[in-house]
Amino acid sequence: MGTVAVHGLRKSFGKVQALDGVTLDVPHGSFFVVLGPSGAGKTTTLRAIAGLEKLDAGSVHLDGKDATGDAPADRDLAMVFQSYALYPRLTAYENIASPLRARRRSSSEIAAAVERMSGLLHIERLLQRRPAQMSGGEMQRVALARALVRSPRAFLMDEPLTNLDLKLRVEMRTELTRIHRSLGGTFVYVTNDQVEALSMADYVAVLKEGKVQQVGTPTEVYERPANQWVAGFVGSPPISLLACHAEGDRLVGADGWTLPRPRWTTAEDGRPLMLGLRAEDLSVEKRGDTSLSGELYGLEPLGDRTVVDVRVGTEILKIKARPTVTGTPGERVQVTVDLDRAHLFDAGTGLALSQAGR
Amino acid sequence: MAVSVDKAVSPGPVRDHRPPGRRRRGRGRVVIEVAVLAVLAAVMLFPVLWMIETSIKENRDVYAIPAKFFDFTITLDHFKDVFVASGGGPTTLSGSFLNSVVVAGVSTVLATVLGVPAAWAYSRFSVKAKKDQLFFILSTRFMPPVVVVIPIFLMYRQVGLFDTKLGLILIYTAFNVPFTIWMMKGFVDEVPAEYEDAAMLDGYTRLQAFWKFTLPLLLPGIAATAVFALIFSWNEFVFAIFLTSSDAVRTAPPAIAGLIGGTTVDWGLVAAASIVFALPVLVFSYLVRKHLVAGVTLGAVRR
Repeated sequence: MGTVAVHGLRKSFGKVQALDGVTLDVPHGSFFVVLGPSGAGKTTTLRAIAGLEKLDAGSVHLDGKDATGDAPADRDLAMVFQSYALYPRLTAYENIASPLRARRRSSSEIAAAVERMSGLLHIERLLQRRPAQMSGGEMQRVALARALVRSPRAFLMDEPLTNLDLKLRVEMRTELTRIHRSLGGTFVYVTNDQVEALSMADYVAVLKEGKVQQVGTPTEVYERPANQWVAGFVGSPPISLLACHAEGDRLVGADGWTLPRPRWTTAEDGRPLMLGLRAEDLSVEKRGDTSLSGELYGLEPLGDRTVVDVRVGTEILKIKARPTVTGTPGERVQVTVDLDRAHLFDAGTGLALSQAGR
Repeated sequence: MAVSVDKAVSPGPVRDHRPPGRRRRGRGRVVIEVAVLAVLAAVMLFPVLWMIETSIKENRDVYAIPAKFFDFTITLDHFKDVFVASGGGPTTLSGSFLNSVVVAGVSTVLATVLGVPAAWAYSRFSVKAKKDQLFFILSTRFMPPVVVVIPIFLMYRQVGLFDTKLGLILIYTAFNVPFTIWMMKGFVDEVPAEYEDAAMLDGYTRLQAFWKFTLPLLLPGIAATAVFALIFSWNEFVFAIFLTSSDAVRTAPPAIAGLIGGTTVDWGLVAAASIVFALPVLVFSYLVRKHLVAGVTLGAVRR
């Protein structure tokens, strides 16, 4: 078994409220990603699970048992640190062996386990090196091996890929998913990279300023963001948000544009709303009835696609288009909107409207 | 921590981009600099040179007028006199040296054993009013020994610590612990706390994590700190002369000072004793010089 549950975690550092009532339920065997910008309390949450942080309030349950006061060593967890925290005076072999040595396993058992791990992570040739003689990517693999060498209740990973270059990061993303599948086990993975979260997670918990904004599968978080902030944080290019309100069967924008009112929204007339449109739900190429007219603002060619910026009134829409799209800034363009996939948020509370109706 | 001492102190390749005309002027400046520094060095080192010369001159050369700089016969009799009494057997001076070794050594060990864990705790844990506590600890060093020596003398006499080696050891430890805490806290701050976090998740207790993973990384700092503590205890004079009265307890500094002041002063013996007294500190500092440099730079640089 390997379930991790935290309830009502609160922790302040001086005047900063790092955790403000964080509650999470990590099911056994899942790849659970905690996503949020820096300062959201992700690392503090992870350290609280590990027992490295003294909490002001809240509880940590491991496998259903209260472990709030347990020492880190008694929690049967493994952790990969953002800085890797490899012991500088020990070789890679000894680093990986450390959790087993701490638990007084026999040296033959240790040798077998280290060999198995170094095979899994392709680090056989690094075993006699010290951390100072390794590259960032190599240290990262050794740190991973040190965590994976045991079969603990859960693996905690604190932004393990952040310090790698982009190519390695993409590679390790695939590899971590592969390792999770082959080893099983519960992974609690902290990151500020929404691509990592969406591509690797079984479940994503989005954190902001010490509060959980939404928990769900990557699809749920992307397709049905609970609030305006989650919608803006998840997705690249970011979702475009337009101020508007409902008037009869129309949505009327602050800048005077109108669109048919989506059937599913129940907002009363005149209530200030935010219309959220993802870049892939907008088009400058298709022609349709539901469209906004604007002025071409700029093109960002990204190779496989081009992001087109269109200014509607004072706001900028980001639109995914084919790489062949052309245009000159300033020219008028019609932007076709897929209203079935649009999001509406209450402008005051930021909460999503009528999720259930979709 | 991985930065080697050589790398840390090497100035790196120096490139001279100045035009030739100005460079020549620069060379002239270098000559003047070297000359000035040489004169200064000669002036500064003259007492040391003279001490060395005096210690190996025969007595008639020591008192010769005009003073002899080069043409004297070399003798090691004074060094023998430091340790061997005229009738055979050890001198009281050699006993004083032994006292110094015991007092300085034990007090340094005690200060390190007490100060290093305290520094670790101040670095790693959130302690109530940490800054105030640290300031209080440091403030015990503000007082010059000579100010507190009288009350301590009275207290020592009451509790029977006057004229004991234990008394000196305790007072030196008390003076060195604050210094050790402050200096070591800088070193502990430099070692990432994550090593200990990782070790605790590996399955070690907090103390084991400190002992097995942090302490080895602190050894250069501990060596540097201990050398400073040792030098303080070894050189200390005020407490030593006030808190001891018998030759059996007296340490070397007051014992050497006591050689001066009779009707005739055996300057050869004074010089030889001074050299013997200075040597251990020099040798020890030389042995740990790498650590001293690494210690000073590592402790000073904030990340």
